[in-house]
Amino acid sequence: MDAITMKMDPVEFYGTTVGSRLLLGTAQYPSPAILTEAIRASAAEIVTVSLRRESGAAKAGQSFWTLIRELGVKVLPNTAGCKTVKEAVTTAEMARELFGTAWVKLEVIGEDDTLQPDVFGLVEAARILSRDGFQVFPYTTEDLVVAEKLIAAGCEVLMPWGAPIGSGRGLNNPYGLRSMRAHFPGVPLVVDAGVGVPSHAAAAMEMGYDAVLLNTAVAKAGDPARMARAFARAIEAGREAFLADPIDARDMAAPSTPVMGRAMLAE
Amino acid sequence: MKIVVNGEHADTRAATLTDLLNELGYADAIVATALNGTMVRAVQRRATALAQGDRVEILAPMQGG
Repeated sequence: MDAITMKMDPVEFYGTTVGSRLLLGTAQYPSPAILTEAIRASAAEIVTVSLRRESGAAKAGQSFWTLIRELGVKVLPNTAGCKTVKEAVTTAEMARELFGTAWVKLEVIGEDDTLQPDVFGLVEAARILSRDGFQVFPYTTEDLVVAEKLIAAGCEVLMPWGAPIGSGRGLNNPYGLRSMRAHFPGVPLVVDAGVGVPSHAAAAMEMGYDAVLLNTAVAKAGDPARMARAFARAIEAGREAFLADPIDARDMAAPSTPVMGRAMLAE
Repeated sequence: MKIVVNGEHADTRAATLTDLLNELGYADAIVATALNGTMVRAVQRRATALAQGDRVEILAPMQGG
């Protein structure tokens, strides 16, 4: 998508307008330099970040934060790894002070094998944080009842999973994701997690999703910057396709070349 | 005084959270702090006294997905 089209098709999260519909994670890159290259290549305007115990001498967190600030991107702090409402709420509060933003990617993890959200804790934490002035981006499932409760709790964005975090399986439940899109036509929806290759991201965008959030698929690719660019293009292509109103699939063939005027050459 | 900092046992002479951060070389660092599981805002650190057995968390910006 060129710059002009992009200006006409921004996406809005809690009143903040962004041009890129790719949200990129910052973890697991081979080096800070490759992370920088990948963020630039992705053209992402929002990156996810976290907070962890600072290690004594190295002070790795300080140099990471300098790198992110120099890139001029918006940050979306997460509560990754939190398993209880209290942990998630406290982590969000600490992230708000540290990063100076009310945005939070709210994760309350319920199960270790799938890193599936604990949707009960998620709704409760979302309610507490929204009341406290946070702008919550909940990492959730495609369950519509949970989604309704998240909206009632104050969320103005929903982020259903495509597949378990880091699995690269793509969109496990296309029907559920399509239902969610149809059920919440006015809510910004972001497919978050499980995306493996650009075609998965394009598929989400073709369904009408507003954006895609991914990390591992780029960070663990052989050439992260190149993969970041591939994802950026796939997401733009998928968005364009959605806006262009795709045809419906059908079971039987329908000739594309006109039948009228065809020469009769058969014996 | 024995406390626990980021999950590790530590011996400190710091009377407050601010003193502890100075002692550990975090005076100018961008960190968030918690004491016994509750967040302590930057402005409250000076007035937050430490006691034997306290659990302190010092968190920094980090890569995340």
